[in-house]
Amino acid sequence: MTAGQITATQPVPEAPEQAAQPFGPKPRRISPGRIGLYVFLVVAALFFLIPVYIMIVTSLKGMPEIRLGHLFNLPGEPTFQPWVDAWLHACTGRDCNGLSPGFYNSVKITLPSVVISIICASINGYALTFWPYKGANLLFGLLVFGAFVPYQVVIYPLIIGLSSVGLFASLPGIIIVHTIFGMPILTLLFRNFYAAIPVELFKAARVDGAGFWRIFFYIMLPMSVPITVVAVILQVTGIWNDFLFGVVFAGRPNWPMTVQLNNIVNTTTGVREYNVNMAATILTAAVPLIIYFVSGRWFVRGIAAGAVKG
Amino acid sequence: MQKSWRRRFHLPAVIGTIPMILVAVGVFVIGIGFSVLWSFTSSKLFPAYDFVGLAQYRRLWADSRWLVSVNNIWFFGLMSITCNMVFGYLLAVFMDQRIRQEDLFRSIFLYPFAMSLIVTGLVWQWVLDPNLGLQAALRNLGWSSFSFAPLVDAETAIYALVVAGIWQGSGVTMAILLAGLRGVDEDIWKAAKVDGIPTWRTHLSIVAPMMKGAFATAFVLQCVSVVRVYDLVIAMTGGGPGIATSMPAVYVIQLITVRQNVGQGMAAATMMLLPVLIVLAFGGILLWRRNRGAVA
Repeated sequence: MTAGQITATQPVPEAPEQAAQPFGPKPRRISPGRIGLYVFLVVAALFFLIPVYIMIVTSLKGMPEIRLGHLFNLPGEPTFQPWVDAWLHACTGRDCNGLSPGFYNSVKITLPSVVISIICASINGYALTFWPYKGANLLFGLLVFGAFVPYQVVIYPLIIGLSSVGLFASLPGIIIVHTIFGMPILTLLFRNFYAAIPVELFKAARVDGAGFWRIFFYIMLPMSVPITVVAVILQVTGIWNDFLFGVVFAGRPNWPMTVQLNNIVNTTTGVREYNVNMAATILTAAVPLIIYFVSGRWFVRGIAAGAVKG
Repeated sequence: MQKSWRRRFHLPAVIGTIPMILVAVGVFVIGIGFSVLWSFTSSKLFPAYDFVGLAQYRRLWADSRWLVSVNNIWFFGLMSITCNMVFGYLLAVFMDQRIRQEDLFRSIFLYPFAMSLIVTGLVWQWVLDPNLGLQAALRNLGWSSFSFAPLVDAETAIYALVVAGIWQGSGVTMAILLAGLRGVDEDIWKAAKVDGIPTWRTHLSIVAPMMKGAFATAFVLQCVSVVRVYDLVIAMTGGGPGIATSMPAVYVIQLITVRQNVGQGMAAATMMLLPVLIVLAFGGILLWRRNRGAVA
């Protein structure tokens, strides 16, 4: 339920008629309050920006320069060697192949998971809205309940279930897991979207003799582009950023980028190469950040949609 | 009209939703059922079916690591949700003052949310690293007695997690609350101004109550992410120093994978599920009563 719907049901205090335009044009002077406002916003922005500034600057420095301890200084002699090392040579235990295998693994996990989970969820949402069969709403209720359940309650049964069919610690296994945990929120998203479509459209197609799949493919799917974009953004960032499922279900050869990153940074023995570690971290964050900055307001809409549970 | 279609049993609809049936029943009912079932057994690495009653729960509540985890999640939850809501609300209110460069500020406040919690954890691990981060930097600037190393101290490490959580999550709260603020009718502001009510009073007494929905949404989102907090702890502290920042989510995974004590792990997982179930049941009853009231 969105904020708009709730506020719309509140009694609205009536504004006195004679007070329509009492104050004239808004003053445009710079008041102390205005300055305080911007000071607050800028300080807050610095809080959000400084950690990433430190990361970028440090990743461009050599280790001797980092040891000098001038955290906030721009790099004296910028070098891209840490980035190359992070991508190709950084070590996790005995393997020194850098982050790149993790990147390809993440791509291999993310693409099929996103496609499969969105296909499932769109069919679910469509069936729940237009073809509810007996018990369908109970199933949906269970699914929404699943959106709130702590993952830890479900992980071990899933390990046992997947290993009994030989899919534990494999690429198909992790794809199945992402599809399962993406389903509650995506189904909700698509169901709410289809519920807003006029039912007359569906009835007209029924009268013309179209069946379940034909209505889905020829009428509903072409209309679903906006919600699909939101779902793709939500899923790509969510699955790319996942750590827990990757480390448990993917198996060592398929470990996604986040797991590799954590291993590179947190299991190093000996000298900590901060510049390489930070370059690796930025590389891992790059994909969702690019999506965020390209998609802009769609991303916010995705969050709002994802946040609207029930 | 629609009723007659609704009543009928459509095979394609059932076939199309087979994945949903499998997930809803297979994972969220049977799976959870097995988790609870195993919590009453002495399962070690593999599930066993020798029932030992509540022994695992007794062992669980005698384990200091679990007690620390439970304390931590309450502290972390209360602190981070409160700070997030207050900070997010302030940001939203300030963003709503027809400021310049609103999109720029919005992007800055929100971008950490796009990143993995692993990334957030590592970033803050470095900022707070005494040999590299703020402490080293300020000492270099001449303040040689400056001491700030929260992650090294068992007492303060959890505060560092809270700060990282705020850094990651308050932008979302801001975005949701800002949408709520924008949904409030312009005339209400005018009316309050005419009546001579100070702006802060209008915010607290009139507008904030009208944004209940937005607050609830942001709150629920925060709660869900607090219960699930795992990646952040792993990346930032690994649960340390010692067991100082262990969390229930971390505890369960450790029992399953490292300590190979599934019975007790499932007991801990069931304890995690319990408050969620209670809250959901409570919310369900509230919704049901409201719907019934609306019909009557």
